[in-house]
Amino acid sequence: MRALARVVGLPLLLGGLLLPFVPLLLWSVARRYPYPALLPTERSSRPLGLLVDPQSEVLQGLVSSTVIALAVAAVASLVGLSAGRALGLHAFRGKRLVQFLLLAPVVVPGIAVTLGIQVFFIRYGLADTRRGVVLAHLIAAVPYVTLVMGSVYANLDTRIEEQARTLGAPPLQVLLRVTLPAVAPGLAVGALFAFLISWGEYVLTLLVGGGTVKTLPLLLYAYLGSTDTPVAAALAFALIVPPVLLLALTSRLLAGQDAPLAGFGRA
Amino acid sequence: MSRRPGPPARLPQGVRTLLLLSPALVVVLGLFVGGLALGVAASFGYQPFLPGTGLSLDAYRGLLHDVEVRRSVLLTFRIALLSTAVSCVLAVAAALLLRASGRGRRLATLVFQLNLPVPHLVGAAAMLLLLGQSGLLSRVLHAVGLVDVPADVPALTSDAFGWGIIAEYVWKETPFVGVVVLAALSGGVAELEGAARTLGAGAWARFRFVVLPVITPAVLSTSIIVFAFTFGSYEVPLLLGRPFPAPLPVVAYQAYSDTDLTARPRAMAIAVVIAVVVSLVVLAYSVLTERVLRPARPRPGRTGRPGRPTRAA
Repeated sequence: MRALARVVGLPLLLGGLLLPFVPLLLWSVARRYPYPALLPTERSSRPLGLLVDPQSEVLQGLVSSTVIALAVAAVASLVGLSAGRALGLHAFRGKRLVQFLLLAPVVVPGIAVTLGIQVFFIRYGLADTRRGVVLAHLIAAVPYVTLVMGSVYANLDTRIEEQARTLGAPPLQVLLRVTLPAVAPGLAVGALFAFLISWGEYVLTLLVGGGTVKTLPLLLYAYLGSTDTPVAAALAFALIVPPVLLLALTSRLLAGQDAPLAGFGRA
Repeated sequence: MSRRPGPPARLPQGVRTLLLLSPALVVVLGLFVGGLALGVAASFGYQPFLPGTGLSLDAYRGLLHDVEVRRSVLLTFRIALLSTAVSCVLAVAAALLLRASGRGRRLATLVFQLNLPVPHLVGAAAMLLLLGQSGLLSRVLHAVGLVDVPADVPALTSDAFGWGIIAEYVWKETPFVGVVVLAALSGGVAELEGAARTLGAGAWARFRFVVLPVITPAVLSTSIIVFAFTFGSYEVPLLLGRPFPAPLPVVAYQAYSDTDLTARPRAMAIAVVIAVVVSLVVLAYSVLTERVLRPARPRPGRTGRPGRPTRAA
């Protein structure tokens, strides 16, 4: 019975998880893929070729998504680097309130927040701009990075900083030469989460970007509604490959973290 | 700020804490709390920079008497609860299977986690091309002679029940919960099971009295995150569901993008309802865990269990 569960269960589980990628793969190499056919009747390299074609909207989407996600990761990392220190190392009144405030955006859906703030974004010229989109993504990204950095700093041995200071190192040098190298792995993980949150975000980009800021998810949705399904499939792959590669590259860093955090890279 | 004359002028601890926290507080208080507050205000009819209609409870009163909204609420709860429950059960089964898998374990665990960084919109697109009426599943059914035309295939997307939406959530969230369960299982549970086996405990008893107590806190805390997400997600039901009746986030956006600006308070009221429901569930969870899980800890004989499984939620 147990052996059967193992022999049947595991392939069934992994097969089920991989199955949805199959139609994406088939469509991404299709020119014609009419209904009853199991495989595309005519194949084409056009959809995937659009990913590297400088003339295409697809490449522009890739650039837009990357620029925004990198900006979100950079800002969220700096904010988390700072606030994480206070959370991880300092005892202060109202700490539980701050922790609660940081956890709230993790569970409260983004749409509930952004509908309200959109009026101000429009008023102050942030709507329809990349800056505005980055700000909106930060609502989701900053709490994650700060919480990650809080636990990273909690494990930091501050005596090494003290030693550097005693030996006469100025504050900036202590930060750059002692503290940063010590927290760097955790910071990389935090930055990765921030990048992933921004990378996959749809509704906040739609609301704040107003269709002017065309990231990959927005293009994907547009193409799914059109008849050009092969391009939609190619866009889906453009969205899948970079995060999977990034996660593979940082998997060694992640191994040292709380495992559930690995799943936080979703918006 | 107090600056002393001596060269190693370090600010008082309280000021330093505040300075360190301030960028994060600007984001959380300014954007998150500010956004929520504006949403609440707008739900009462307050519309800054627009000719207002005066404060009232009209939007909420409207929701209460709206049959469509009532159906949306039920649909949203049904989808979120079903997705969360199925994901958790599958995740526990998957974690146990993965743990028991012999040689291919590392590769299997890797494949299991592959979809974690995949955006939900991509998952929804994949489900559309897999489960849609002319999707891959329908083509396979046609190939084996079960259906003749796409219309013969039972609708799994744009359906009244929300099967496609649930499928996408389960697909994405099972590995998410599973990874947490695997982490909880890695902390010396095998030794406890071995001891239980030596003492004559059968497979079910080992699961019920050794494994389940270890993974329950992890599963519970993660299920809260999953429920909150599936309750408030927009793009998945937008792509895989019906526009009517749709889950609450879709209805909120529909009302928000209505050309008639008087629908705005209605949109905001729905957004507030979403936020309140999710907050209440989190609150209920923390009250429950305080009561149910805390007393279990100091009991002798259980304290030696290594590693609290998770504090993620």
